[in-house]
Amino acid sequence: MKPINSVVCMKPVPDQRFWDKVSLDKKTKTLRRAGIPIALGPLDKNALEEALRIREARGGKVTAISMGPPGTEEILEWAIVLGADEAVLLSDPAFAGADTLATAYALAWGIKKLGGADIVFLGNESLDGSTGQVGPQVAEFLNMPHVTHVSRIELVDDDTLRARFHIEYGFIDVEVKKPVVLAVEKGINEPRCPTLWGTVWLRERKISRWSADEIGVDKTKIGLSGSPTQVSDVTTIELKRKGEILKGEPSDVARQLVQKLRAENVLPKG
Amino acid sequence: MKEHKGVWVFAEQRGGKLSDVGLELLGIGRKIADKQQEGLAAVLMGHKVKPLVDELGEYGADRVYLADNPLLEVYRSDAYGRLMQEMIQQYKPNILIMGATSIGADLAPRVAAKVNTGLSAHCVGFDVDDKGQFVGQVPGFGGAVMASVICPNHYPQMATARPGFFEKLERQKGRKTEAVNVDVKFKEEDLSIKVVGTFREEVKTRPLESADVVVAGGYGVGGKENWKLVEELAEVLGGGVGATRPPCDEGWADLEGQMIGQSGKTVRPSLYIGVGISGAMHHLVGIKDTKVVVAINKDPNAPIFQAADYGIVGDLCQIIPRLVEAMRVSF
Ligand SMILES: Cc1cc2nc3c(=O)[nH]c(=O)nc-3n(C[C@H](O)[C@H](O)[C@H](O)COP(=O)(O)OP(=O)(O)OC[C@H]3O[C@@H](n4cnc5c(N)ncnc54)[C@H](O)[C@@H]3O)c2cc1C
Ligand SMILES: Cc1cc2nc3c(=O)[nH]c(=O)nc-3n(C[C@H](O)[C@H](O)[C@H](O)COP(=O)(O)OP(=O)(O)OC[C@H]3O[C@@H](n4cnc5c(N)ncnc54)[C@H](O)[C@@H]3O)c2cc1C
Repeated sequence: MKPINSVVCMKPVPDQRFWDKVSLDKKTKTLRRAGIPIALGPLDKNALEEALRIREARGGKVTAISMGPPGTEEILEWAIVLGADEAVLLSDPAFAGADTLATAYALAWGIKKLGGADIVFLGNESLDGSTGQVGPQVAEFLNMPHVTHVSRIELVDDDTLRARFHIEYGFIDVEVKKPVVLAVEKGINEPRCPTLWGTVWLRERKISRWSADEIGVDKTKIGLSGSPTQVSDVTTIELKRKGEILKGEPSDVARQLVQKLRAENVLPKG
Repeated sequence: MKEHKGVWVFAEQRGGKLSDVGLELLGIGRKIADKQQEGLAAVLMGHKVKPLVDELGEYGADRVYLADNPLLEVYRSDAYGRLMQEMIQQYKPNILIMGATSIGADLAPRVAAKVNTGLSAHCVGFDVDDKGQFVGQVPGFGGAVMASVICPNHYPQMATARPGFFEKLERQKGRKTEAVNVDVKFKEEDLSIKVVGTFREEVKTRPLESADVVVAGGYGVGGKENWKLVEELAEVLGGGVGATRPPCDEGWADLEGQMIGQSGKTVRPSLYIGVGISGAMHHLVGIKDTKVVVAINKDPNAPIFQAADYGIVGDLCQIIPRLVEAMRVSF
């Protein structure tokens, strides 16, 4: 059986425990993320896990790729500690401000420079933007078929795999020939934990950093200027409400609440 | 004169039945089309789906692009994507909206890349600004941030929209629509994805997204036995039962049908009552459009009290039965 080379796209995202510290710059309408630690999207761990399992079953290579500012290499270190063979960070000020199309374009050219892949893995959606658009768009730029919402993968033979496309209240099982782009869901596997051995591994593998010139992209198609969508306004959502605490004995409080809800007109008419 | 004209809505169907989201989008699509003084069209793909054309007309479509072919029987991204690309290139719509269901969210980005345009993701609102530009309200950071996204120089302007956020128009029986037949020029051999099986679960209950009252239970409910209290409260209010993640993980509630929040459902009832829920942002973003939020929690410092209109500090086993009683008496 032929070995399978996988590339896993991994996005650096602001650590969720600090999201309430993400503030809005009212003047520039941009989000202030400075000082917020970077984390790896949870689904990207599932994507990596699936690639590692396939390598264990079939041999081949696992390469992690990410597009992000300098410093986000730590995401890729994590991938290597868990067992990736190689990792690349696409980093260049020219990539900044990319929408999904410009992100997918850059990632696809990075993957081309890596020599392509039998399977490109992604998370079904990122933690912060969570558009879920990057996978199908990477596939288009690489001219490969794609399946998203993947909750199960089976290798059929050297060229074919079977993937389960999970839809609302059901699924569609498809067979598709490699090379293919797969965006995975959480339920697909249980990502492994780092081991001591992994940290040793990290010392032996290197993380490359490539600029826009190095991957040979068309510069009009990357970054903010290469993005067809524009953000014209950003607002943060206020989750705070009245916060009125009702006091008294349980039956008394219950009665008070019913009165309030009646006054607010939110109780069903009986 | 602008070359691109018309508002298109993808009329998703499964097994020959139209999904609600497509009809909801015809509702908002009608408003946008009227504002732009353009026509509203539905795109219908499938096999033996012709009978659905009239229904689309009755829900507001002026025109239906109909592609009826055995190759389109079950959704696959390559067949549907390719056909949509061909249709866009031939008919040049100004705006194209699809439901952010798993199928719409799979198809839309591929199509956007094929025709080199932008795509506003999972919108919860649409507008047309002063310059006549189409604007999508896009939630990010789990819903804690809302971005207005425009796509000024590429066509069609594309967006996906969350199911349940827009209202269908009143069905106008007998309203006429024009059907345009679209040929499928590719063959099975030209496709790289083959459908080998499908599974579909019948949806019995009314989806939580459209419930007017939602009672949600959290980890504090403590077990399957107490979960019945949550269900009882929902029942007396004629509402749906939701949950946070831990009860789904524990098997007291169903992950797919009941989990509310960033990775689950977005609900927008008039009344939400959260029981034994601490109030993590992941959960709260799923209820932010609720009219009145009530929280019951035994910890007076639980963050959910800040995000609630009315709070009751106490043990749910004591509070819920009293509440059920008070509600029963009051109806
Ligand atoms: C609030 C908000 C709203 C936005 N709305 C839109 C919008 O409506 N339309 C639009 O086009 N863009 C939008 N964006 C921008 C978009 O999120 C970014 O372009 C982002 O870089 C890629 O999209 P995503 O995070 O949504 O990725 P998704 O498509 O959700 O990510 C899926 C997977 O793709 C891979 N991936 C994504 N980005 C990278 C990366 N940089 N490096 C490596 N792998 C990656 C990962 O495997 C990830 O799990 C928005 C951003 C924010 C913060
Ligand atoms: C990436 C990511 C995505 C997530 N997405 C979601 C999501 O979509 N939806 C979601 O819900 N969660 C989500 N979570 C999990 C989320 O962070 C919280 O862990 C979860 O919402 C907490 O659930 P809880 O409030 O029920 O439980 P807990 O935080 O354990 O709170 C239980 C509460 O019950 C109270 N309590 C205990 N006993 C009683 C009693 N007898 N009477 C009254 N009160 C009592 C306690 O005081 C406590 O406040 C996500 C997490 C991550 C990392």
